[in-house]
Amino acid sequence: MKEYAYFLGCITPNRYPGIEAATIKVLNKFGIETRDIEGASCCPAPGVFGSFDLRTWLLIAARNVMLAEKKGLDIVTTCNGCYGSLQEADHILKERPELKDWVNENFKEEGLEYKGNIKVKHILEVLYDDIGINKLKEAVVSPINAKIGAHYGCHFLKPSLVRGHGNPERPTILDELIEATGAESVDYKDKLMCCGAGGGLRAKELGYSLTFTKQKLANMKEKGIEGVIDTCAFCHLQMDRGQIEIKEKFGEEYNLPVLFITQLIGLSLGFSTKELGLDKHSIPMTEKFIR
Amino acid sequence: MSLKDEIEECGEILGKDTVDSFLVCMQCGKCTGSCPSGRITSYRTRRIINRLQAGDRSVLSDPDLWMCTTCYTCYERCPREVRITDIIRAVRNIAAREGYMSEPHRATASFVIKTGHGVPINDETKKLRKELGLPEVPPTTHKYPEALESIRKIVKKTNFDKMVGFDWDTMSLEKREKK
Ligand code: SF4
Ligand code: SF4
Repeated sequence: MKEYAYFLGCITPNRYPGIEAATIKVLNKFGIETRDIEGASCCPAPGVFGSFDLRTWLLIAARNVMLAEKKGLDIVTTCNGCYGSLQEADHILKERPELKDWVNENFKEEGLEYKGNIKVKHILEVLYDDIGINKLKEAVVSPINAKIGAHYGCHFLKPSLVRGHGNPERPTILDELIEATGAESVDYKDKLMCCGAGGGLRAKELGYSLTFTKQKLANMKEKGIEGVIDTCAFCHLQMDRGQIEIKEKFGEEYNLPVLFITQLIGLSLGFSTKELGLDKHSIPMTEKFIR
Repeated sequence: MSLKDEIEECGEILGKDTVDSFLVCMQCGKCTGSCPSGRITSYRTRRIINRLQAGDRSVLSDPDLWMCTTCYTCYERCPREVRITDIIRAVRNIAAREGYMSEPHRATASFVIKTGHGVPINDETKKLRKELGLPEVPPTTHKYPEALESIRKIVKKTNFDKMVGFDWDTMSLEKREKK
């Protein structure tokens, strides 16, 4: 049996706990257990805290990694921001012994030490590498019959030098996972474009930030896409709640249901819309996603 | 200290070669052409790099510096391997130290000092968590006060609290004149 330390971050547990419930349910179905990381904090957001003060960013991120190391477990995350922060911090500490020493010096009192002996993974990697497309396909009991727009977000793939998931201009991992549920992943204009939330733009310039989102949603609508599937809790907030904000600010309505990848897979495995928290999203599910 | 030296100092975390790479920019403009933010605002990535090369300190107070979403598209495509997004983060660090941190950003930072989370929990989500069979309060700094203390120790050590202007007596942000 495989176990992961589930790093929750902020938006998953504090805004979209349906993502948390869906992730645990889907992983359990395939014999993968998740464990709490007691006392974990904000990752902290790579583009936001990294922009304010890189030293504070590295120390807080390193602390989160060390808490999982203490359990001897690899980390799984359900947010590109969390993944981005922890994976980058881990990468830096593995490459730079002087920073590792500095971190350890700072946490000596608390009995924490960075060793560099675990991996920080994104949920996409766990679904794709540990479970695999074939097993996911075999387990489908309620196939999804819908045209889907895949939204990869930015920090799972980039910077590719640090992430190591290959060419960030032509990824297929999310499309393959979507199609394993029976759905069709439809290409659309600027598919790999950012949702607009990152780097502190959502907090500081909501109007511009939502303009990114609006463009993506319009490009999806143009292709007859019926639902957005994302891989990041922050993108998820931007695409789901963002549609309400877009309506208020610009008077435009898209009404595109937004699901996190484990929520889509959860539906295909026979879990109900309610069990996956989908009935509590800002944009209501259409019949394609109601079970 | 010159702007270049200050940027290099930020290389202590990201690596000196990384933050130094703005020096080899050849002003081709591929970054601007790739930038989703530049499509909808007057923000021009190439111009920012150009001004850094010229040692132009007005970049630090320019709101355009905060238009980047850190999407890394330019970083991936730059033919000279200028680590643009990392450079932007480093320059923003300098701007923040000089007091050019916007109110919404100070607020986000203060949430982490107060709760350990940039986006803290609310009653609506607590209720939803319960309905989903999850513990009402997540097993994070929200549940463990000693963990929150550990985060507070860090921000005191790095003087992050002073930089954002967090007042420990009132547990809120000090009033600041807009810069
Ligand atoms: S793409 Fe690179 S070389 Fe070209 S202008 Fe931008 S930073 Fe300079
Ligand atoms: S990382 Fe920033 S500057 Fe570069 S393309 Fe993205 S938004 Fe533009």
